[in-house]
Amino acid sequence: MRLLSVAVLSAVVAGTAATAFAAEPGATPTRMSWSFSGPFGKFDRAQLQRGFQVYKEVCATCHGLKYVAFRNLAQPGGPGFSDAQARVLAAEYQITDGPDSSGEMFERPGRLSDHFPSPAPNDEALRSRFGGALPPDLSIITKARSYESGLIIGLSDFFRQYQEHGADYVHALLTGYEAPPAGAKVAPTQAWNKYFPGHVIAMVKPLEDGRVAYSDGSPQTVDQYARDVSAFLHWAAEPHLEQRKRIGFQVMLFLIVFAGLMYFTKKKVWSQAKDHA
Amino acid sequence: MHGHGTYIPQNKALAWFERRLPVLGLLKSSFVDYPTPRNLNYWWTFGGILTVVLMVQIVTGVVLVMHYTPSSADAFDSVEHIMRNVNYGWLLRYIHANGASMFFLAVYVHIFRGLYYGSYKDPREVLWILGVILFLLMMATAFMGYVLPWGQMSFWAATVITNLFSALPFVGEPIVTWLWGGYSVDEPTLKRFFSLHYLLPFVILGVAMLHIWALHVVGQNNPAGIDVKSNKDTVAFTPYATIKDSFALICFFILFAYLVFYLPNYLGHSDNYIPANPLQTPAHIVPEWYFLPFYAILRAIPSKLGGVIAMFASIVVLVFVPWLDTSKVRSARYRPLYKQFFWILLVVCIGLGYLGAKPAEGGYIIAARILTAYYFLHFLVILPLLGFIEKPKPLPSSIAESVLKGKESDPMPAKG
Repeated sequence: MRLLSVAVLSAVVAGTAATAFAAEPGATPTRMSWSFSGPFGKFDRAQLQRGFQVYKEVCATCHGLKYVAFRNLAQPGGPGFSDAQARVLAAEYQITDGPDSSGEMFERPGRLSDHFPSPAPNDEALRSRFGGALPPDLSIITKARSYESGLIIGLSDFFRQYQEHGADYVHALLTGYEAPPAGAKVAPTQAWNKYFPGHVIAMVKPLEDGRVAYSDGSPQTVDQYARDVSAFLHWAAEPHLEQRKRIGFQVMLFLIVFAGLMYFTKKKVWSQAKDHA
Repeated sequence: MHGHGTYIPQNKALAWFERRLPVLGLLKSSFVDYPTPRNLNYWWTFGGILTVVLMVQIVTGVVLVMHYTPSSADAFDSVEHIMRNVNYGWLLRYIHANGASMFFLAVYVHIFRGLYYGSYKDPREVLWILGVILFLLMMATAFMGYVLPWGQMSFWAATVITNLFSALPFVGEPIVTWLWGGYSVDEPTLKRFFSLHYLLPFVILGVAMLHIWALHVVGQNNPAGIDVKSNKDTVAFTPYATIKDSFALICFFILFAYLVFYLPNYLGHSDNYIPANPLQTPAHIVPEWYFLPFYAILRAIPSKLGGVIAMFASIVVLVFVPWLDTSKVRSARYRPLYKQFFWILLVVCIGLGYLGAKPAEGGYIIAARILTAYYFLHFLVILPLLGFIEKPKPLPSSIAESVLKGKESDPMPAKG
């Protein structure tokens, strides 16, 4: 009777739920195979360096990376630049500092401790360049974007440890530009993107094959650029990912061995209680 | 917790101190000699687990506060600062954020264990009500904590939940303005939520102590639901309960660590990594998973005031469970009908949780209404009626006997 009543109840819920209208925000991104997914995932240094190059040469025109400091580029678990390389990269940027002793702000080359400068002095300046749309800061974009996978896949993600929805989304968005369908209202400063909620996006197609010149012989295609910059942005969002997974493995190993020992200790202790019964 | 212990420590200095403040005797009688029913199963380990999780939350919280800035301009940045620049800040924050989820997971197991084994019945009514108060305090604390990162979900959850009070006739609007400290969720709201989020855990700690005190006065219930009759029915808290609780705690920590290290954002919402923006409402405002059943009840009722009343009533009804349940038999093990309705209630609550995550439209809302109605039906109609209709199975004559007998009829078998 219990099973029956549960089954009836579930059927009622499932039946009514299935008729519900669900808004379709954008196409569901394809799951990519990322080097940093899974319990032993690590960033691919070369990929992060290429992704940084794409960010620097393309994305940085409009998008900030304000939470990332130049010193982070040389930190373990990141793109693997040397200290000297990171210094040189920082010095390519002009940073507003001050006020100096006469009360004036001044420009100076970037240092390791500086963060990536914003592409505009303030959000309003940025908005005015893009017809009111604000290009978001990209520091934590891969954690701030996701997509629905449904109940079953969502639950199975727990066991597969899948957390790379944001990177999937960024890659999908960058490769999802299409000609707008007939009748769609798209302004000249806008574009049609398969994966963007509502499809009309204020960012026109940013990547073209061959736009960024890689020096390591990797394919210079939109798909490769998108993969690389998504990986780089995932590192930017989660710079301690490798450390987290490394410590996690040690903690899990310790806890599982500890639990095993506790189990046998508990058995031993309770065997004495049985004798007294 | 009696003032006059008989315990005299061997050490002279400790004995001197004990005569002046018998704290060691109190600890010994509460956590060493304290007799626990020998048939307690692993569902009874969650009380200890909850105590430890509360400690974890307080310790990580106190350290996080050292680096957090409670202002609408800087809160979001300071959380990112913790995640990136503070030594092991990412670990502290992920433990604290997932710790809230683990806290609720443990408390839900603890509550449903109480419902299954009738732990709220005479003489444990006050113990149970203290538990409901703890649950309410936990909800308030978790809600205010979720607002502190000042992300989009923080801001909009705060807006939606505080706005509930505006449904009250006449006093609604002034109360909401008073809660906000202004005319919208803003700087004063964040500041007071921060202050209260730091205060309430210590209130929880105090009420938890009363909860444990009440427990030690009336003694623990047990899977057989019968009273302890002789010392054959019990074992000493230490080493028996301590070792069992510790083993369960380590197993619980495995799940906790799995989330913290491998899926730290699995239970969170990606929108909360977008800074709060009062001008842009998220497509779907959803609370954390542990509030979803209540959110479903809130939205199931067509009127705003009705929804608010139903949501609060769904928790307040728990206070009256000791008197709504008319059966003299505690444990569902010996209550063939109640046992079935218990599992239906559990499925209904999970179903409400699922619906709370879905948009409030079409079929989802119809399903939520059916399940909400059933939820109240369970407590207000089924529970009182069952005591009269049901014919309980014969109870064992003692706990010791129930341990020696087979447990084939128990879906939650004792693994002791």
